[in-house]
Amino acid sequence: MKPAPFDYVAPATVEEACAILANAGGGATILAGGQTLMPLLNLRMSQPFILVDVNEVAGLSGISKAAEGIRIGPATRQVNALGDALLAAELPVLVTALSHVGHHQTRNRGTVGGSVALGEPAAEMPATAVALGATITAQSVRGNRQIPARAFYIGPYMTVLEPDELVTSIIYPAWDPDHIPLFAEVAQRPGDFALVGLVGALEVDGGRITRAGIAWFGMGPTPIAACVLEAALIGQDVATLDPAALADLALSETAPFDDHHASADYRRTVGRKLFVRTMCDALDLRKSA
Amino acid sequence: MSAHKLNLTINGRTHTGEAESRTSLADYLRNEAGYTGVHLGCEHGVCGACTVIVDGAAVRSCLMLAVQADGATVTTVEGLAAPDGTLHPVQQALREEHALQCGFCTPGVACTLAALTSGTDQPEAAALEAAMSGHICRCTGYQGIRRAAKRLAVGGDLA
Repeated sequence: MKPAPFDYVAPATVEEACAILANAGGGATILAGGQTLMPLLNLRMSQPFILVDVNEVAGLSGISKAAEGIRIGPATRQVNALGDALLAAELPVLVTALSHVGHHQTRNRGTVGGSVALGEPAAEMPATAVALGATITAQSVRGNRQIPARAFYIGPYMTVLEPDELVTSIIYPAWDPDHIPLFAEVAQRPGDFALVGLVGALEVDGGRITRAGIAWFGMGPTPIAACVLEAALIGQDVATLDPAALADLALSETAPFDDHHASADYRRTVGRKLFVRTMCDALDLRKSA
Repeated sequence: MSAHKLNLTINGRTHTGEAESRTSLADYLRNEAGYTGVHLGCEHGVCGACTVIVDGAAVRSCLMLAVQADGATVTTVEGLAAPDGTLHPVQQALREEHALQCGFCTPGVACTLAALTSGTDQPEAAALEAAMSGHICRCTGYQGIRRAAKRLAVGGDLA
């Protein structure tokens, strides 16, 4: 189990990295934390001829406040994001999601942006970006563009990123710091990819839901935004909300599949229960606060 | 297929060598540097046997390239005990709590516990136990490992 041969370069700047990607004609792969990519290389499911290590690229790490919300540099290590005071204060649902990404040992190297950019459909970071409405900035020698997370994923490990593009920032829009976090996942062991997962946030004003961002993971070929559910939640009175009555809507956009871990029916059944339980828990917490 | 010169510190010793791009840190430590205490189980980040300490943090050496460790300080299980053979507190705890049988997973377990207990902040038992989810052991049933972790946590007699 050794990777196929490849060249390795570690550029120091975004421009240099983009130039290498542009010259590689689609044969390059970007290496950040490596915790998803290295298994793919070791199993020879991915065989790039050049690996572009962005760990030394200036300006790709760090978490800061931006005009639009919170900017996370894609090469920010998951362990650092997990312990970040700004995230804990302003986007606690992202911190909760991070605590479920892999294990302590993989979070020490794994990056937020690497997970977002690779697009494993059962992973927490892509779904969280979709749920919260993040925007991904991709740069290439042709310029840069902003891509909404909701338009980013097209299949398992497939995104709209072009082979010459490098993710240079992920911006999570501001959510009221009092947002109600929603997070639940079912996995065979802690740290495994989720069989079924749900992540999101709700804003409540005057007892009514005013904003909702919710996505599923492990429930289809990509992370899946629950757009129909979100629309149905707006204006609902949290005192009388009946999550069970919304469960069909919640699942309506998912595309659960059979694999050797679980059947589509299992995923659908668990997804329904997970949704109802998560909503009840989250709204009860709110009522007692 | 490029080759790269490496300078790193392994278990307190300066090491200079050369690695092919695709060589993992685990293979480099075992085959080039001779630290065969680094055990390779799954080679895709699941089992945790190959865990070593790189610049203070426990990481999977099968999921890191040797070239990425250029300039780093690496500790393997061979670097935990004192030069006179006195066991590291983590090793002592694992020994006293019968936390190993075949010993294949033990170097990784020891490195994770050593990394987490090396700083001035003593971790909670829950944090050490949670970090053990990153290691698969097929013989102990984990109870001995959990007992050892608790003794190394804040309030434990080996903390």
